[in-house]
Amino acid sequence: MSTTTTRGIARSAPAGPAKARPRQGLGANRTLNFWLFTGPFLIGLVIFVFVPIVWSVWLSFYDARFTVTPSHFVGLDNYRHMLSNSDFTGSLVTFTVFAAFIVPTTWALALGLALLVHRLRLLRAFFRSVFFLPTACSYVAAALIWKMSLFNGVRFGLANTVVGWFGVDNIAWVSNPSPPWYWLVVVTVRLWLQSGFYMILFLAALQNIPGELYEAAAIDGARRGWQTFRYITLPQLRATSTAVILLLLIAAYQAFDEFYNLITTRATWGQTPLMVLYKTALGASQDYGSGSAGAVILTLLICVVTLFQGRIMGFGRGEEST
Amino acid sequence: MTTSVPEAGAKSRRVRRADALGNTGLYLAVSVAAVFFLVPFYLIVRNALSTDAEITGENWKFFPTHLRWGNISELFDDTTVDFARSLWNSMVVAVLMTAGILLICSLAGYGLARIPYQHASKVFYAVLATLMVPTAVTFVPSFVLVSSLGWVDSYRGLVIPGLFSGFTCFLFRQYFLGFPKELEEAARVDGLGYWGAYWRVVVPNSLNFFAAMATITFINGWNSFLWPLVIGQDPSSWTVQVALSSYMTNQTVNYHLIFMATAVSILPLLLVFLFLQRWLVQGIAQTGIKG
Repeated sequence: MSTTTTRGIARSAPAGPAKARPRQGLGANRTLNFWLFTGPFLIGLVIFVFVPIVWSVWLSFYDARFTVTPSHFVGLDNYRHMLSNSDFTGSLVTFTVFAAFIVPTTWALALGLALLVHRLRLLRAFFRSVFFLPTACSYVAAALIWKMSLFNGVRFGLANTVVGWFGVDNIAWVSNPSPPWYWLVVVTVRLWLQSGFYMILFLAALQNIPGELYEAAAIDGARRGWQTFRYITLPQLRATSTAVILLLLIAAYQAFDEFYNLITTRATWGQTPLMVLYKTALGASQDYGSGSAGAVILTLLICVVTLFQGRIMGFGRGEEST
Repeated sequence: MTTSVPEAGAKSRRVRRADALGNTGLYLAVSVAAVFFLVPFYLIVRNALSTDAEITGENWKFFPTHLRWGNISELFDDTTVDFARSLWNSMVVAVLMTAGILLICSLAGYGLARIPYQHASKVFYAVLATLMVPTAVTFVPSFVLVSSLGWVDSYRGLVIPGLFSGFTCFLFRQYFLGFPKELEEAARVDGLGYWGAYWRVVVPNSLNFFAAMATITFINGWNSFLWPLVIGQDPSSWTVQVALSSYMTNQTVNYHLIFMATAVSILPLLLVFLFLQRWLVQGIAQTGIKG
């Protein structure tokens, strides 16, 4: 039904009185169509993305406990409170350690799997599916498998069964911060869940590398294996690598699901920034002011990191080379 | 490739033997990796079809002697967590989100890519700017907004705030930028406006990409946890992920039920995934992140 209305508008343009007019008529038609297509999205974006952000910035300057329409202006007190809060600063340390583990390992594993699968001739689709399959699982389900079966701290957990064969005592994988075995658990969970996705990105990139490059390298005497990988494959994957590292970093920054389920928010260790925000704003104290201040700090940090990484790794340069 | 003639035979035999060795190593490496990737799935199936006694037994039992399919009915009869309700909630949420995001974001992506409007680039930069602010970080203000709208514990609250994905809009724009212009222009010459050309020509010729985006959106909708956890205060509005999470904090731990619940929560997704994998892989490869 809407098809007919726009068709009417489209026709009205050339039917204008003077021949000099159509351009303007077409312009109005374009403007109308532009808003027709983008309008619903932009209205929603303003209400559900821009308004909450602005509201949040406003709340962060008020004493907003148990209320979202506060009247007591407190200036930068919420920011001071969050930055001197050891839970919050501790969560930034947790994120940094987590990112230092998860970003390089996922990058390497995804690239390694892609290189392997790329060389397969037989059963290629099968192996690709196996590595890609965990992408369908949720962080909650994976955390459950890891916590309740794979890394269960009691004797019948699979990891403890395996170390038991070598005469090692049961290890409390996630219930005890010293020694910090929980890092192994949270890193492997995410590694399993997301490596397959990034492998697909690398596979697509590998297929786009022109075969002549390898032929030319072979003629120039480059040996197969490390030399061609180092001087052909890796540079050709630069743009994809940059994108993958940035995506991994942003994803690590927002880590919540597996930490929440593996470690719980009751612990004093292994808390990610989002868990601290969750506790601050939606916990017993319902401190929306401090929670919002924390959200603003995190958003600013991620903007800085994104811009910084874009500068260092050179998004522009990466795209030029493709 | 062809080297000097006299040596060719000997060399190729040596190369062939090296290739065979390399191939064996390759398949060995890839198989070992595959086994590690499949272990968690094995654990789900094993535990879901066992009794608690078999799971917690003295020695590792590789597989239950009798497959306990009765665990399924036991899961749905269990009254501590209304698992059937949570499955239904997740289905509704994931379907509504997929339909809504696909409709809203594809239209916007097309408008931004193809309709020459003088302020289009400014609008596009406003959309890009939202990508800098991860949605997960803004859950506090979003919750504040949604609760003042009175949408807590409702499908509206679960679905609507997530429909306006700047990233999906961006991906659609990138895709439409590469859509052959001639097709639409022919349609518009035939008297279809932008709107008509979009529905009659562009969408029917983009079904692969739509299928890919639908698969990704459905998986994300089904698997999301933080937002449903925040919105679902009452157990009747829990999604399947929130229900699963509640099993882990329950006082009594019924291993076989927990794992049957996990299996049931993953199964529909695995089927969707295996069935639509071709489009998914194509879509991910197409979405502009190329080497």
